[in-house]
Amino acid sequence: MNVLPRSARWICAALASGHLAGSAATLDKVEFNRDIRPLLSDICFACHGPDAQKVKGGLRLDKRELALKPAKSGKRAIVPGKPLESELVQRLHTTDPDDRMPPEESHKTLTAGQKDLLQRWIVEGAEYQGHWAYQPLKRPAVPGGVPAIDFLVGQRLGSLGLQPSPEADRRILVRRLYLDLLGLPPKPEEVDAFVADTSPNAYERLVDRLLASPHYGERMAIGWLDVVRFSDTIGYHSDNPKNIWPYRDYVIRSFNSNKPFDQFTIEQIAGDLLPKATLEQRVASGFNHLLLTTEEGGAQEKDYEARYLTDRVRAVGAVWLGQTVGCAQCHDHKFDPVSARDFYSLGAFFADIQEPIIGRRADGEFVPTQEQAAHMRQNAEREESLRQQYEEPHPEWASVHAAWVADQVAAIAQTSRWQSLVPTEVKGTGEATFKVRDDRSVLVGDKAPDKDTYRIRFEAAPATMLGLQVEALRDDSLPSKGPGRAGNGNFVLTEVVARIEAPGKAPRTIPFTSARASIEQAASAEGNPYGAWTAASTIDGDAKGDGYGWAILPEAGRPQRLQLGFRDPVTLASGETLVVELQQNHGQGNHTLGCFRIGGTTDPEALRSKVAFPPSKEIADLVTIPDDKRDAAQREKLFVIWRDMAPELADLRQRLADARKVKSDFEATVPRSMVTERNDKPRTVRILPRGNFLVETGDIVEPALPVSLSAATKPPGDRRLNRLDLAHWLVAPENPLTSRVVVNRTWRQFFGSGLSKVLDDLGAQGELPRNPALLDWLASEFQSSGWNLKHMVRLMVTSRTYRQVSTASPELLAKDPDNRELARQGRWRVEAEVVRDNALSVAGLLVPVVGGPSVRPYQPDGYWENLNFPQRGYDESKGADQYRRGLYTWWQRSYVHPSMLAFDAATREECAAERTRSNIPQQALVLLNDPTYVESARALAARVLREAPKDPDARLRWAFRQTVSRSPLPDELQTLRTLLDTQLREYRADPKAAAEFVKVGSWLPPEGLDAAELAAWTDLARALLNLHETVTRS
Amino acid sequence: MTPTTELLRALRQQQTRRVFLGRASQGLGSVALASLVSPRLPILGAAASDRWTGVVNPPHFQPKAKRVIWMSMAGGPSHLETWDHKPKLAEMHGKPMPESFTKGKQIAQLQGQKLVCFGPQLKFQRFGKCGVEICELFPQIGSVADEICWIRSMTSEAINHDPAHMFMNTGSQIAGRPSMGSWVVYGLGSEAENLPGFVVLTSLGQGGQNQPIAARQWAAGLLPTRFQGVHLRGKGDPVMYLGNPSGVTRERQANVVQAINALNARHDAMVDDPEIATRIAQYEMAFQMQASVPELMDTSKEPASIRELYGCSPGDGSFASNCLLARRLAERGVRFIQLYHKDWDHHGGVKDGVQLKAKEIDRACMALITDLRQRDMLKDTIVVWAGEFGRTPMSQGGDGRDHHNAGFSIWLTGGGMRGGLQYGATDELGYAAVENPIDVHDLHATMLRQLGIDHTRLTVKFQGLDVRLTGIAGRLIPEIVS
Repeated sequence: MNVLPRSARWICAALASGHLAGSAATLDKVEFNRDIRPLLSDICFACHGPDAQKVKGGLRLDKRELALKPAKSGKRAIVPGKPLESELVQRLHTTDPDDRMPPEESHKTLTAGQKDLLQRWIVEGAEYQGHWAYQPLKRPAVPGGVPAIDFLVGQRLGSLGLQPSPEADRRILVRRLYLDLLGLPPKPEEVDAFVADTSPNAYERLVDRLLASPHYGERMAIGWLDVVRFSDTIGYHSDNPKNIWPYRDYVIRSFNSNKPFDQFTIEQIAGDLLPKATLEQRVASGFNHLLLTTEEGGAQEKDYEARYLTDRVRAVGAVWLGQTVGCAQCHDHKFDPVSARDFYSLGAFFADIQEPIIGRRADGEFVPTQEQAAHMRQNAEREESLRQQYEEPHPEWASVHAAWVADQVAAIAQTSRWQSLVPTEVKGTGEATFKVRDDRSVLVGDKAPDKDTYRIRFEAAPATMLGLQVEALRDDSLPSKGPGRAGNGNFVLTEVVARIEAPGKAPRTIPFTSARASIEQAASAEGNPYGAWTAASTIDGDAKGDGYGWAILPEAGRPQRLQLGFRDPVTLASGETLVVELQQNHGQGNHTLGCFRIGGTTDPEALRSKVAFPPSKEIADLVTIPDDKRDAAQREKLFVIWRDMAPELADLRQRLADARKVKSDFEATVPRSMVTERNDKPRTVRILPRGNFLVETGDIVEPALPVSLSAATKPPGDRRLNRLDLAHWLVAPENPLTSRVVVNRTWRQFFGSGLSKVLDDLGAQGELPRNPALLDWLASEFQSSGWNLKHMVRLMVTSRTYRQVSTASPELLAKDPDNRELARQGRWRVEAEVVRDNALSVAGLLVPVVGGPSVRPYQPDGYWENLNFPQRGYDESKGADQYRRGLYTWWQRSYVHPSMLAFDAATREECAAERTRSNIPQQALVLLNDPTYVESARALAARVLREAPKDPDARLRWAFRQTVSRSPLPDELQTLRTLLDTQLREYRADPKAAAEFVKVGSWLPPEGLDAAELAAWTDLARALLNLHETVTRS
Repeated sequence: MTPTTELLRALRQQQTRRVFLGRASQGLGSVALASLVSPRLPILGAAASDRWTGVVNPPHFQPKAKRVIWMSMAGGPSHLETWDHKPKLAEMHGKPMPESFTKGKQIAQLQGQKLVCFGPQLKFQRFGKCGVEICELFPQIGSVADEICWIRSMTSEAINHDPAHMFMNTGSQIAGRPSMGSWVVYGLGSEAENLPGFVVLTSLGQGGQNQPIAARQWAAGLLPTRFQGVHLRGKGDPVMYLGNPSGVTRERQANVVQAINALNARHDAMVDDPEIATRIAQYEMAFQMQASVPELMDTSKEPASIRELYGCSPGDGSFASNCLLARRLAERGVRFIQLYHKDWDHHGGVKDGVQLKAKEIDRACMALITDLRQRDMLKDTIVVWAGEFGRTPMSQGGDGRDHHNAGFSIWLTGGGMRGGLQYGATDELGYAAVENPIDVHDLHATMLRQLGIDHTRLTVKFQGLDVRLTGIAGRLIPEIVS
């Protein structure tokens, strides 16, 4: 076989073509991880990999012992050292389309060179290696006195025959450092100072100064907030706000204070579980609430429970493990050793998080400033002192309380002296309808006339009845809850007539001699001959007019009673019925009864004792226990009930209520943040076959660590694991993933791409790092430095590698177009937030306050018109908050601010380890026309007119330096001058337009500036703020 | 030597160098040169040099269709009051829904409630030679019934609005996957000179059930941002930040843009960064869009006969206006046009609700089909009418219907779709698709096939996967195309 020469030819061709592939760059022994695993993973694993359910032909190629076994066909795919006996090799070359691998329907192909690699590998013994990312960190030896980064980069460059680039100009360096470490441009004075500083460690001192700036934490937070998907809203459907911004400030503070990354990790995943968790740690645990949630009615709990679980597992995969574990939601991972069981077991760690699956989320814990905390303490103290006064034993109230208890007993007795009668027929004279209910009350419905007379017939009544009671009752169906049908709940009962009727006999009217009621309305009684709306007027035979009667204001909404005494006792004879007529002839405003009940009594005391209402059942049960039989708890309860309603305590009660209101009103102004609350009874987690939440037959799983990914082991003992165990496992020294993932992500911030390019996938489908030794050295240094992130950043930005120029010779460009080998620096457009910060900063408008509630920059009207439940307007921030840094922008997941979105800000619906860096027309529209940038240009123009020297060219130079930290070249100056002159002519000729133009936004320029001049300079400043160089870090 | 000629020389040198380096494709030359040579009139069509021509180039198959107009009836239209007549359901009205239909199925707001059959609330009538039976409130659509391919066996995996829209648009319920419009533009590029390749328009219904729609529905997701749908709005600037600041005329804006491009070109000559050429092209494109988009949106110059056909007046923000704009976009080469019309979420008052919707869409749909046909564009434009799901045969609250994903109706026309065909069916109560059921992936796969794309081959690497619009599924439905 002519294996070696052919592959050698291929490799030479690859080199000649100018593409320095990371694999097989030299004719070393084939290395499984570098050369073979990527091929097998991409081409073969989908059918011959870890997903046990999908294995075809009984062949797995992901483990050596399985690959060497005979497959279902009996043939052996791989016979080490013997390519001709290896079925795999046969299948690569066969012309039979049924046998050929990869099969056509996979749309995968292998190049001749790749086939040769596989053959060589088999010739050389088909050795496997564990996947690189799961292997323990191997810290390469680095000679003393040499910066490790430069040594390891240099080693690699040397092996490729590449030379590092020279160090960049100091002006470029200082601008690069400011943008990378602070996300803000340097002021020209700061540039000059650094350029002039010739001391040997000037650069290092600049780095230290920037690392100590409070804006460093803001800069670092941008990437973190993307990867954890931080936003101000819930995400799904109505996308309503949630309280979470203090978590963002926690992140900024943590970067600024250089909190060790292991602690940072533990606090976010399990801050609430730490012993004596501080407020800071609980706020950190808000991490668990950053996912998308829903308030949509009709959403199914099981559906969203599954969504939340998978969302959280994906987050752990993206943020710490660099693993695309999401695949295992439906099936064992096809490329990496993560089974569906691992996935759901990982999800089970989060099953203890208390939350409504559907609906409004908790407001969260108070996160006061010191001042607010003091105020809250004061409020609490005042409330506490009043509460104590109110609740402490008060012997002086004992007699008042005892009298009240006696009244309740009497009221019960009074009520029991009456019994309700059962109506057998109810009729009205109008179109109202009547419904007799189980409690013998009558509810009136349908048309409410101004006048009506209800006739109620009773076929049975107690013998020797002495009187009649009309109870006017409340009901929720009535206006103002009744009892009347007038809008205010009132009625006027003008006359009550009682008759005994029998077939074939003349009716006998029963004369009344007394009338009394629970209330008689005194208001609106002008012209009423009784001077009030009295009970007496219901039995006067309408002697003083039929429009007057009994009414109850202001006591509507409560039950009332009218009690009428008979002249003689009444007993119904056989065949006789009692008819009660309620005449309501007031004649206006539907003053008729809406709900009532008729009762009778045979007890003379019923008409003598006070007209009282029985207390609630709760009170009745307590007061009917004799005084000496009530136990302490009952006595206390009865006392509390009385205390909460006694008129004698109204004043104290009011003061306590006031104090409570002051407290809650103030609390409404104090920030809150969602924190993790642990539920002692975690939700049950099942493996969902194919991720389908409707199938509830999967095994129940408990939290378990995906040990296949790391040698770090589970803690001893057989208790249920919790989030704290997970967090400790993530940052255990034996876990090589977390430190690799984090330094790789950090590397991108300073060099443009990760050492392993796919930041969120260090698995088999990710990229083998170009320089594995460098990644391992950094990861190991990160761990051994105590997870010291500032230390790592300092190492990176002080390296010679970092300080190289970002321009490239044609040769270098041809050999390494994407700068993966680091023979130069990278150049890229800055992040969306930094685009904004840069403009505001140059304009002098930036308000550099760190932290606080999210703010609302100008936004086009109607951008939120497609939000609903509720509809939302957009109130742009006023004053200082309009000029805050981009990372404080209100993050509305379904409608991220359009300027931010245009520059690739993440919507933060999913964890995103990196943003694309696009270059689209919308970016031009934003920088040209968004009021934020127009206003910034005007402010910069005003600065030019007031701060710069008077000479026009000097002014242009000054403005140019403010924007890009260098002086313009002569032809650049000429272009600027032409623009300025042209626009000045334009605006001088059109003063109205100039006046309009300088009003865009809300920032007012200083008095006394000529509008045309300001307008022309504004256009000049717009051009500067739009330059590619202005928005580029190079 | 003037700075301009100096700059020209620098540019030519750079161009030569680029050709030498094999990077001539950047197209900087034509753009920047044109803008410098003729400083008053920045270049027509120059931005086209940066135009994306697609990764499926040449197409996998001979395309039958060039573009798509997707009418998203947001909220979930009732198939039982529109396109799927169920007399048996009328007979069962008021009776319990047989449990054999509903057991173990997803259910939304009717969870835990008694399920009662709710008969069709509107009358049906036959239309066209094909004799399709549809609700009588849609006579205009009925008048073009023979152009339309009726599908009554559609299904979806999702049952709440937000995930269901995501599923219908991206083939996945997880946020972050590209919308179909983004996929199609990524695959085929766009023929539009100064307009985005994927455009979205929205309109509100008058019934007040306007469910929220998130911008993620037209996001490019894991594809580059340039493939995202651009939302053209009825009010304010049609595109965000399209209008110049007040006081700035087009000419003054041109001066600024030219200075920016000249300075960027000058800088490129120093640092040789391909991103700068792209940025120059994008400023050209943005500047052209500032003219072309308002021109596009201004329908006042359409003949009165056309405005009557659609039944709309310029700037009224109606669905009909959006249909007319869709035709104008299609004429200008826009690849994928999506019209959202909201207010189909009839949990209550489905009868009145659909009546209102019929008034809003019936004439407009007919007009769009007719107008495309008379311009000979229907043959290569796929028009889709679809909600994110349908509605239950069971009553909700006595006069409405709940969300429903086990079977519902959509229709397609143009772009080689088989006119007059009635494909698939739900069971006798309109609950589940039982005859020829098709799912969202099948629909996507078949539409892509018409556009000349093999859905299994339009992929992009993401997190180790060859991600595609159809996930790991998608069957072609050859019966629905001619």
